[in-house]
Amino acid sequence: MTPPPSAASSATAPDLLYSEAEEDLRAAVRSLLTHRGAPATVLAEAENGRPYDAELWRSLASGMGTAGLLVPDKLGGQGATAREAAVVLEELGRSVAPVPYLTGAVLAVTALLGCDTAEDAVAAPLAALAEGRRVGALAVPLTTWPGARPTETVRAAGRRPLLSGEVTAVAGAAGSDLLLVPADTGLYAVDTEAEGVRITPVTSLDLTRPVARVTLAEAPGSLLAGPGRARAAVDAALLTGAGLLASEQLGVAEWCLEETVRYTGERRQFGRPVGSFQALKHRLAALWLEVASARAVARNAADALATGSVDRAVAVAVAQSYCGEVAVRAAQECVQLHGGIGMTWEHPAHLYLKRAKSAELALGTPGRHRATLARLVDLPGPQD
Amino acid sequence: MSPTHPGPEAGSAGPEAVDAAGLRARTAALLAAHDPATTPRLDFLRARFDAGLAWIHFPEGLGGLGAPRALQTVVDEGLAAAGAPGNDPRRIGIGLGMAAPTLLQYGTDEQKRRFLRPLWTGEEVWCQLFSEPGAGSDLAALATRAVRDGDGWRVDGQKVWTSSAHLARWAILLARTDPTVPKHAGLTYFVCDMTDPGVEVRPLRQITGEAEFNEVFLTGVRVPDAHRLGAVGEGWRVARTTLMNERVAIGGSGASGAPGETRETGMLGLVTDTWRARPELRTHDLHQRLLGLWVQAEAARLTGERLRQQLRRGRPGPEGSGLKLSFARLNQELSGLEVELLAEDGLAYGDWTMTRPEVVDFTGRDAGYRYLRAKGNSIEGGTSEVLLNIVAERVLGLPPEPRTDKDLPWKDLPR
Repeated sequence: MTPPPSAASSATAPDLLYSEAEEDLRAAVRSLLTHRGAPATVLAEAENGRPYDAELWRSLASGMGTAGLLVPDKLGGQGATAREAAVVLEELGRSVAPVPYLTGAVLAVTALLGCDTAEDAVAAPLAALAEGRRVGALAVPLTTWPGARPTETVRAAGRRPLLSGEVTAVAGAAGSDLLLVPADTGLYAVDTEAEGVRITPVTSLDLTRPVARVTLAEAPGSLLAGPGRARAAVDAALLTGAGLLASEQLGVAEWCLEETVRYTGERRQFGRPVGSFQALKHRLAALWLEVASARAVARNAADALATGSVDRAVAVAVAQSYCGEVAVRAAQECVQLHGGIGMTWEHPAHLYLKRAKSAELALGTPGRHRATLARLVDLPGPQD
Repeated sequence: MSPTHPGPEAGSAGPEAVDAAGLRARTAALLAAHDPATTPRLDFLRARFDAGLAWIHFPEGLGGLGAPRALQTVVDEGLAAAGAPGNDPRRIGIGLGMAAPTLLQYGTDEQKRRFLRPLWTGEEVWCQLFSEPGAGSDLAALATRAVRDGDGWRVDGQKVWTSSAHLARWAILLARTDPTVPKHAGLTYFVCDMTDPGVEVRPLRQITGEAEFNEVFLTGVRVPDAHRLGAVGEGWRVARTTLMNERVAIGGSGASGAPGETRETGMLGLVTDTWRARPELRTHDLHQRLLGLWVQAEAARLTGERLRQQLRRGRPGPEGSGLKLSFARLNQELSGLEVELLAEDGLAYGDWTMTRPEVVDFTGRDAGYRYLRAKGNSIEGGTSEVLLNIVAERVLGLPPEPRTDKDLPWKDLPR
C-alpha cells in the first residue's frame, strides 16, 4: 500500500495537524458513536457474548464507508489514506467501541493490498472488505510485531490447497467472514463458514477486542500470494497496523484524561473538589503533557504511512514505543483517581484499562519497538 | 525614509509594502548605504535600527516597520549573507526578550524613544530585578519598598538571581509601593539605573562553580517618576507581560524538543555521539534508558513541531505551557545518563574556578557541568511545580487550591 522509499517525500516536514476534511470525518464518527456507542451500551454489548457490535459496525463500515478508507477507489474503497483511518481510530479508542476496525479495515485490508490486486482472487475479497459486505481478519497472534521472524504454524497441502494448523490469540477472528492465513507456502484466504474451520473464543482481558484460537483441519483455502510476497504483505500490514494503533491508544488516553479531569473537578472530599489538591493536579497536568505528545507522535506515524515516507519505520517505532505506555498510564490514573468507583464493574474505566493494557502488547510491546528503533537509528546495545 | 525599489516578485505591492520583496529591497538599500566591510559595527547596528530592520514587527520609528514577525528571517538572512554584524542576542537576552516587549506595551513614547535603540544595539545591557530571597515562586509577595520622594521614588531592598547585573546599565524593577493592600495590588514597575550609587552588585556563585547570577542590594536608590512603567499599583499586570516572554525564551532555548529542530540535537546529540563512538562504555541498563529517553526526546521534538504548525495556521494550542516541563526533565535525565555513561571520565569535572560567563551555554563545557547546570532548568523561569499548577488550572480547568494570601493586606501576611 505504501510506495517504495524512492517515491518518498521525506524532504518535507510531516503534517502533524488535522485537515478540515479530517475534522469533518471525526465529527461524523463521534456523532455516530455518541449516539450508538455510549459506555453503558459498550458494557452491555461486551457481556452479551457477541464478538462485536454488528449494528454499529454496519453503520460505521458501510453506512459511513470507513471500512474502505485505505483502499483505492478503483478497488472499491474510498481512496483515502492512513491519516483519515487514524482519525477514525482515535474516535474508536475514545469510546472503546467493540468493532473490528483495526483488525478488519486496517490489518486484513492492508495485507490484501500487499498482494497482487490485479488478480481476481485478491480483488474480490478486497472489495468485499472495503465495502463492508464482509469482515476480514489476519490470522496472526495479536502480539506479532512488524519485522518479527515469521513463524507460520499452518501447512497447506494439495493442488486445491487444504490448510491445517492452529493460530492462537487472533483478534477479530470470532465473528469474521474471511480469514487471511499465512501458511508455509503463502498467504491464503479461508472462508470461516467452510468445513474444517474452528474459531474458539478465548476469555479475553480486553472485553471489547477479544482474541480467539483458530484451528484449521484440512480447510479449503485460496492462494493470495506466494511465500515471498506473502511475508512482505503481512509485514507491511503489521507496520501499518502498529502505526495506526497509536492513534487508537491516543483516543483511549484522551478519554481517560478528560473523564478524570471532569470527575476530580466535581467529586468533593474534605470540603473541596479533590481536583483542587495539588497532588492530583500535578498528576493530571503531567498526563496532559503526555497525551499532547502522544498526539504529535501518533500524527507523525499516520502522516509517514500516508505519504510513504522513508522515515515511516522510525515514525511507527517511536509512536508504538510512546503511545502504548501513555494509554496504559492514562487508564491506570483514571482508575486510581476515580477512587472506589473506578474499581467497579459499573463504571466504564475498566473497559479502557483492559483495552489499554491489551493494546500495549498488541503488534509489539513498547520494548520491542525500542529494540527495533535501536537498529533503525544506529544505537546498538553492548557487544556481548 | 523608505527605499522604494520593489523587486520583480513584488507584484502589485506599493512602495510602502512590507512584504518579503519590500523587505529584501530595504535590506539591500541598507547594505548599499552602509557597507558592512567598512562601517563600524555600532554605526551599522544603529543604521539598521533606524531603517526599521531591527525587529520588523515593532512600530515604525522604534526599530520596526509594523510588519509580520514571521518575515524577520528575510531580513536576517539577507544581512547574514552580506556579512553584516549582529547584535549578539545571547549577551542582551534579557533586554531583547523581556524588557523590550514590556517597554513596547507599557512604556511612554518618551521611554520607548530613550531606551529601545541602545537596548537593541547592545550599547546598554539590561537586567531584571524581580526575584528576592523571600519571593521566588511567590513573586507577588516581594518586599523591596519604593517610597515617594519628591518627584521620584526611593528604593530599598534586596534582589537575587539577577543575570547580567554586573554588566547592566538599566534594570526592570518590581517594587512594593503600597503595603496596606493585598500583595498583587501594591506593586509598581520601574526602570532602575544600575549606575546609581545605592546599587551594589555581588556575584552569586552557583553549584557549577561559576557565577552567572548576582545578588543586588538596593539602598536608597533614586528612581525618577518618569522611569515608572505603567500606573502605580499596576506592577503585577506589567510584570506578567515580562514573565510570559521569559517563559517563551527559556522554553525554546536550544533544548531537545525546541521547535524546528531535527533529531538528536542538544543534550541528546551529545549522548548519542558518545554512545556510537565508544562501544566499550555500553551496558544493558544504559541502553534501555537511552532508548527510552531517545523516544521521549523525539516525542518532545514532534510536540514542539506540532505547536509551530499550529502557530503558523494561526491557532496556537496550549502545548507551549508544557514544553518547558519536557525540556527540563529531558535535559536533567540525559545529562545524568551521560555522566554515568562516561564511567571514569564521569568522575572528573572541568573547572570549579569562579568565573563570570557572559552567556550561558547549556550544552557547552563538560558532562559534569551539563549535569549540574541542568538542575536549574526546572527552577528558572517558573519551577516545574508551578508550571504543572498552571497547566492544571488554565489548560485543564481544575479548581484552584484554597488560598489565604490573596485578599489580606500584604503587611498582615504571615512571614
